[in-house]
Order: sequence, then C-alpha cells, then structure tokens
Amino acid sequence: MIEAAVIGVGQTKYEAKRRDVSMGGLVRKAIDKAMLAADVDWDAIDAVILGKAPDMFEGVMMPELSLVDAIGANGKPLLRVHTAGSVGGSTAVIAASHVCSGNFDTVLTITYEKQSESNATWALSPKYPYSPHINAGAGGYFAPYMREYIRRYDAPENIGWKVAVKDRLNALKNPLAHLQIPGIDENMVAETPMLWDPLRYLESCPSSDGACAMIISNKKLAYSRNAAWIKGMAVRSEGTLSAGRDEVNPQGGQDCAKDIYDQAGITNPFKEIDCAEIYVPFSWYEPMWLENLHFCDLGEGWKLTERGATEIEGEIPFNMSGGVLSSNPIGASGMIRFGEACLQVTNQAGDHQVDGANVAMGHAYGGAAQFFAMWIVSNKK
Amino acid sequence: MTEEKKDFFVSNISLSYQYTAGNATTRFLNKVAEGKLVAQKCPKCSAVYVPPRGSCPRCGVATEEELELPDTGAVESFTIVHIPIPGNPIVPPYVSAMIRLDGADISFLHLIQEIDLADIRIGMRVQAVWKDRSEWGTTLENIKWFKPTGEADVDPSVFKFKE
Repeated sequence: MIEAAVIGVGQTKYEAKRRDVSMGGLVRKAIDKAMLAADVDWDAIDAVILGKAPDMFEGVMMPELSLVDAIGANGKPLLRVHTAGSVGGSTAVIAASHVCSGNFDTVLTITYEKQSESNATWALSPKYPYSPHINAGAGGYFAPYMREYIRRYDAPENIGWKVAVKDRLNALKNPLAHLQIPGIDENMVAETPMLWDPLRYLESCPSSDGACAMIISNKKLAYSRNAAWIKGMAVRSEGTLSAGRDEVNPQGGQDCAKDIYDQAGITNPFKEIDCAEIYVPFSWYEPMWLENLHFCDLGEGWKLTERGATEIEGEIPFNMSGGVLSSNPIGASGMIRFGEACLQVTNQAGDHQVDGANVAMGHAYGGAAQFFAMWIVSNKK
Repeated sequence: MTEEKKDFFVSNISLSYQYTAGNATTRFLNKVAEGKLVAQKCPKCSAVYVPPRGSCPRCGVATEEELELPDTGAVESFTIVHIPIPGNPIVPPYVSAMIRLDGADISFLHLIQEIDLADIRIGMRVQAVWKDRSEWGTTLENIKWFKPTGEADVDPSVFKFKE
C-alpha cells in the first residue's frame, strides 16, 4: 500500500513569455505557493526531486545544479528526472516513491519549462546524421498516428475541433491557464491554418513558460491536512523502433493504466474515476487516450468525445484545467496533470472544480509516445 | 536619443560533436552507399528491421542475419507539413511519410513527391527515387524521395506484425 499524499500544489501563471522572472525565480514562485498550501517550512523538506524536458530546449545543461539555491536543495538530497514530455508525471511518481521508501518524510518536487528562452520545435527537429532532414516538431511526429486513428475508426474530422474547443472553454475557468480565448467554437478552430495535416493551429498546444511544484509527505503530516492520497502510481516505457508496436494504442500506456487501477482497486475506470487530467497536447489524443486508458472499447473514444462525456459536467470530465492544449510549459505539463488531479479531490480547483470529485487520475506521456506515467488520487486515506 | 532598456538578448552558441554510428548502422550505411537497403532479422521472432539498430527491442537479442530489401513499399501513415520548421531547409508544404519497405516490419520517415498532395493516402504503393550515383554517400539522403508506383493500394492490415 502506498503511504504518501500530496499536501500542497503550487503553480505559476502560465504565459508565452515570463520575462518578469529568471528560471530560478519561476521555479521559486511555484515552490513558495506549494509550501504555503502545504503549511510547511524548509526544515520539513528532506529531499528535492526536479524534472524538466530535454536540456537542449533552453540550452541550459543540468539546470538542477545552477538552480540548487532557488529550489532549496543546498545540503539536501537532489535528483533530476528525464523522460521527455512525460517528465512531470514521472517526477511526481519518483518523488512519491522516495516518501514510500521510508527514508524521507517529506519531499519537494518541482518541474518547469521556460519555452520563451528556447525553441522546442527547433530542438525537436534536428537533422539526424546520415538521414534526410524530415523531423518537423512534435506535431509532425504525432500527426501520422492521429491520421491512422481517424482511418482505423472512421472518426469525423470535427472531433478534433470539439476537443480543442472544450479544453479552451475549461481554460476560461482557470485563471492560471495560458490560452484564454473567449467565444472559441468549432468554426474558429476549423478556420485556423493547417500545421501538420490533419492538425490545425488551434488543435495544437501553445508554447508556455511556467512551473508546478508539489509537497508529498507521509501520514505524519498528511493526517492533519487536506491531503490527496496516492492510491496507485506507475511508470512504463516501450521501445520506439520495435516491430509490432502500435503507436495509436501503445502497450506501455495500456499496461501502466492497468497497473494503477489494480493498485487502487478500480475495475471500471469510466464509472469509478470522477475526473481525469490527461496529457492531450494535440486534439486527437483525447479519444486515443480514452481508449488506451480503458475508459471505453477501441473505436469508442471519439463517440464519448462527440456526446460530451468529457466535458466538465459530463460522465468522465477530461482536462478541467484546460489541459496541455491551454498551457504547455513542457517539463511541468505532466506534473500539472498530477497536481490538478489532487486539487480536484481536495476541492481546491476553484471555478473548474468537478462537484463531488473523490477519485481523480493524472496522466502524462512523452518522447515518441513511449514514456508513460500515471497516478490515482483520492481524498480518502 | 534614449537608450532602450534590454533585459533579454539572443546569444548564439554552437556545439560540435562526433557521431559514432555503431556496428549495425555502419553496416547498413556502407550498403546504402552502394544503392542497397539491407535489413537485419531477429533470430527469435523473425522481425525485419530497416534501418537496423543491431537488436530487436521485442526480444532483447542481437540481430545479425542480413537481407536485402527492395526499394519499394507502402505508406503506413503520413502528414503534410504546412509550416516552416526552424533549421529545416525543406520548403512547405511537403509530405513526411512513414514508409514501410516490402518485407520490413518497421517504417522509417521519408519524403513523398511527384504527386498531388490531395492524392496521398495510407496504403499507397511507393518506390524510392535515387539521386545520381555520383552523389551517393553513406546516407539515406541517397534517396531523394519516394514516388507513387501507380499500383493498387495495400490493405492497412498488412502493416500489423505477424510473428
């Protein structure tokens, strides 16, 4: 059994350019908010776990070292986590594992990205040696898989537009969300330029600056606080260049979800999970992950989206905060999903709160859709 | 004249590195330099890898057996890139496609040209268009792009791996 709970979540405002703060200032803003929410001081922090997407994004190598003062890790155990876009999720799982180990009572975990000091699309589109220069950013990589999903299940093209609209309407209820687009509708999305066919501009995530921090502790502190108890957590990865790999429905994602449901005693995720923050950086990943995470049968995901099941008042709300489609500080994007799940079950999500949310899921994926991290949190010990 | 306050500036840096291709890729590229596409086969599950990486991720074993594949195949999936990619010289729109060579069990990305963009589809048969032999080197850039062969499309179920 997992003996760890999230007792504080801190997030910065997500924006295209946070020129008011350095990287150190950015991470510290999130940490200060998390510590305030957790009602703990630096004396309580036994270790610090930092996650960030590839160093090539900002060109700052091993930033955990230069940030050591900003993250309060001086003289404390410090670990850096790398799993590309899923890193925010993996970092949360690894931080919680440190608490479960029994060697640390309370761990601070922090993730961030300052995309304004970088060009992630450039960093994701290098010319590999001895190959033609084909790489075209994350959207260019994932678009063929979305096309294959659409073909396989004969999904209508407006499903992608619906997801894009739904997540941005949710973002209007989250003052921290980067994109605020009042009046967005399917026509507006459909009229934006095609970037990576079949993906249009408003079906893609933005580039954001931001940080997310959490305080994870054992029952000594958590019993006296409004805590989100971790009921199941896991990470999985799979080989990208493996024969038989199904990029539309990766085995790693299926197995990771099954693992956390088993740990949490969940047999029917659609019925037993009240809401979920799922990593959807491009619109079509909502129906794809509905299926991959066993919320429905194969080919049924787009029908759930179509009938509004994933809206904030639907049967299985997805991305109440606006999701990655509304805020994308890449390194933090996974942890935001995990932290938002905690805010939901502790009734701290403000205007995007799902009424009566007791059990919530956080999810992240990354790399070539080969890294997965997930957890289930509940307000009951 | 007032001096503009600057708290942000762009500073270009460069990083040079030496790339070691490794045994499997070296063998593959030396054959590509002769205009041949040589795959490697898993001794356990018989999966055929091109380009080969020297091992089968499914079985965790080394792939030693080599076999030459034709330069024909089919489109497993694709995207049409409409935006300029920083650092990439190719002018959009262009097609980036997952090409599955005949006899291979994984796809690799390459360009498709000599076709109307609206006509590209999953399952379409394609063939490599090679540069002039005098320009060949140890690189997949020896293939300029793939073009449609005009044959009937394959059913996408052929892309499923059968052990």
